[in-house]
Amino acid sequence: KDYRKVDEEFFEELEEILISADVGVNTVMDLIDDLKDEARTRNISDAKEIQPVISEKLAELLQKTDEETKLNMQENELTVILFVGVNGVGKTTTIGKLAHKFKGEGKRVVMAAGDTFRAGAIEQLEVWGERVGVDVIKQQAGSDPAAVMYDAIRSAKSKKADVLLCDTAGRLQNKVNLMNELEKVKRVLTREVPDAPHEVLLVLDATTGQNAMSQAKTFGKSTDVSGIVLTKLDGTAKGGIVLAIRHELDIPVKLVGLGEGMDDLQEFEADQYVHGLFADVLEEVEEAAEE
Amino acid sequence: MAFEGLAERLQGTLKKIRGKGKVNEQDVKEMMREVRLALLEADVNFKVVKKFIADVKERAIGEEVLDSLTPGQQVIKVVNEELTKLMGGEQSKIAVSQKPPTVIMMVGLQGAGKTTTTGKLANHLRKKHNRNPLMVAADIYRPAAIKQLETLGKQLSMPVFSLGDQVSPVDIAKQAMAKAKEDHHDYVLIDTAGRLHVDNELMDELVQIKEATSPDEILLVVDAMTGQDAVNVAESFNEQLGITGAILTKLDGDTRGGAAISVKAVTDTPIKFAGVGEKIDALEPFHPERMASRILGM
Ligand SMILES: Nc1nc2c(ncn2[C@@H]2O[C@H](COP(=O)(O)OP(=O)(O)OP(=O)(O)O)[C@@H](O)[C@H]2O)c(=O)[nH]1
Ligand SMILES: Nc1nc2c(ncn2[C@@H]2O[C@H](COP(=O)(O)OP(=O)(O)OP(=O)(O)O)[C@@H](O)[C@H]2O)c(=O)[nH]1
Ligand SMILES: [K+]
Ligand SMILES: [Mg+2]
Ligand SMILES: [Mg+2]
Repeated sequence: KDYRKVDEEFFEELEEILISADVGVNTVMDLIDDLKDEARTRNISDAKEIQPVISEKLAELLQKTDEETKLNMQENELTVILFVGVNGVGKTTTIGKLAHKFKGEGKRVVMAAGDTFRAGAIEQLEVWGERVGVDVIKQQAGSDPAAVMYDAIRSAKSKKADVLLCDTAGRLQNKVNLMNELEKVKRVLTREVPDAPHEVLLVLDATTGQNAMSQAKTFGKSTDVSGIVLTKLDGTAKGGIVLAIRHELDIPVKLVGLGEGMDDLQEFEADQYVHGLFADVLEEVEEAAEE
Repeated sequence: MAFEGLAERLQGTLKKIRGKGKVNEQDVKEMMREVRLALLEADVNFKVVKKFIADVKERAIGEEVLDSLTPGQQVIKVVNEELTKLMGGEQSKIAVSQKPPTVIMMVGLQGAGKTTTTGKLANHLRKKHNRNPLMVAADIYRPAAIKQLETLGKQLSMPVFSLGDQVSPVDIAKQAMAKAKEDHHDYVLIDTAGRLHVDNELMDELVQIKEATSPDEILLVVDAMTGQDAVNVAESFNEQLGITGAILTKLDGDTRGGAAISVKAVTDTPIKFAGVGEKIDALEPFHPERMASRILGM
């Protein structure tokens, strides 16, 4: 059987496929250059042969060790996890799902209703609290989120909770005053529990394009993001920008969201992700290979 | 390095060309490569970019650019004009039905900004057009979605119709229509649950709401930060529902907003408004020209 040749046209197609997954032009160009080199040195001329090389390269880029995608959980002590991100990406929902997961592992969980701004945000977290059977610490709408965090830490300590999950209001990264507010929230956590927050998770919507890079940069700078939750991967968007974020900022993806239900949260697995990213690609390469 | 504007990009290319006097066809091709990159970085869908570049290249080679003394600026001018044209004219008009109430359905992906925009639109209709809209809470799925709309209603002192989360959205919409007639509302704004365009069951629910209420407008609410997938989403909602326009939200951010081009290109319906903040009055008319400049990073 004659396979599709790895030529200029092949790489152009690959480029389009990666761009359509939102990987981002710069990262795509780098990747393609890399692959071209690889193809040359390994003397690869068939599309079939280059497939595993592509998958391997991307998976490697995304996940260097298994450890790094694990959440940093404290043993026999309170673990504090702060959620940050722009509006509507899935912060509150992810907290609900994660609370459910921890509860299933027998952990005592408390959630902090740190979004005191958006209409219905506190109630939304409360519904999740009821749904998964976890306490929600809240104050009135409009109150100071840092004060809510203070209360929540106190309450989590007195309840001898294992995990405190802190919700925050969505904010666009170019709003300086809102980013300052977030830093203040974080400072309160650190003041009450010296090495808290143990994780700062930036929630990214897989549907987001290149702006996610700017989100990762700015939230990263102001809150020291330790990991990414990539949500809404149950749609047709691939969230390829996490490749660029990993490439340029070295922030690992830790969790992925795959729906609106409480069980729709998974640990991130690079191989699986790359496979999903390339499910269509591999098919196309195969089809192209058989042309 | 990332997110250079088109101007800087072209400057770089032109530096290489300079010294030869006028530019030739090959130079234009090189500049077009930079245009392509700028558009891709702005999240314009790659298929849309492809077609756009082909069209613009023709125009650029055909006339303006080759003979110009300032080829870089000329390319920007051509690109800007064509982008603006692609996005359509200014249009922040909402339909008015001959037979009130005018019905507007808000649809879109999860978290795009439908509920917030429903509140903003109600506010806009009252303030700018002296209307008396009824907002309808037809999202029975998202935790506290009804409460969210009711809170917005309270902030605005405007009525919200809800039947809780145990009645089907189609029935809620039907009963809301009766209520609107009874109370002489001239607009009905239906907030629907966020859903994926590939969720057949939930997409079918929207079709049923459409059949039950014969809306005058079905507005697709799109997050301005959306990437390449905007095309699939817009195409799919349009095919299944027939949208009449779009609203682009979160334009107060620093995203370039190339999704605007994609949505317009695949649905051929106008972008009617832009959301520019979380507050209830942060809704503006959509300006195609400004949007074109923004996408090009100027
Ligand atoms: N399909 C899908 N929808 C999701 C996922 N995660 C969250 N959502 C939905 O996205 C919408 C927004 O989610 P929220 O959890 O309210 O997002 P948020 O970041 O807390 O939003 P703000 O607090 O307003 O900034 C809701 O309709 C969720 O049900 C996911 O993984 N898949
Ligand atoms: N900065 C900014 N935030 C916005 C804008 N429009 C909406 N938002 C925010 O985006 C988030 C999601 O808005 P919602 O109105 O809940 O979105 P939705 O489409 O109704 O979400 P679902 O019902 O879960 O699908 C909220 O935090 C809003 O405050 C905007 O124009 N600018
Ligand atoms: K979104
Ligand atoms: Mg939230
Ligand atoms: Mg909503």
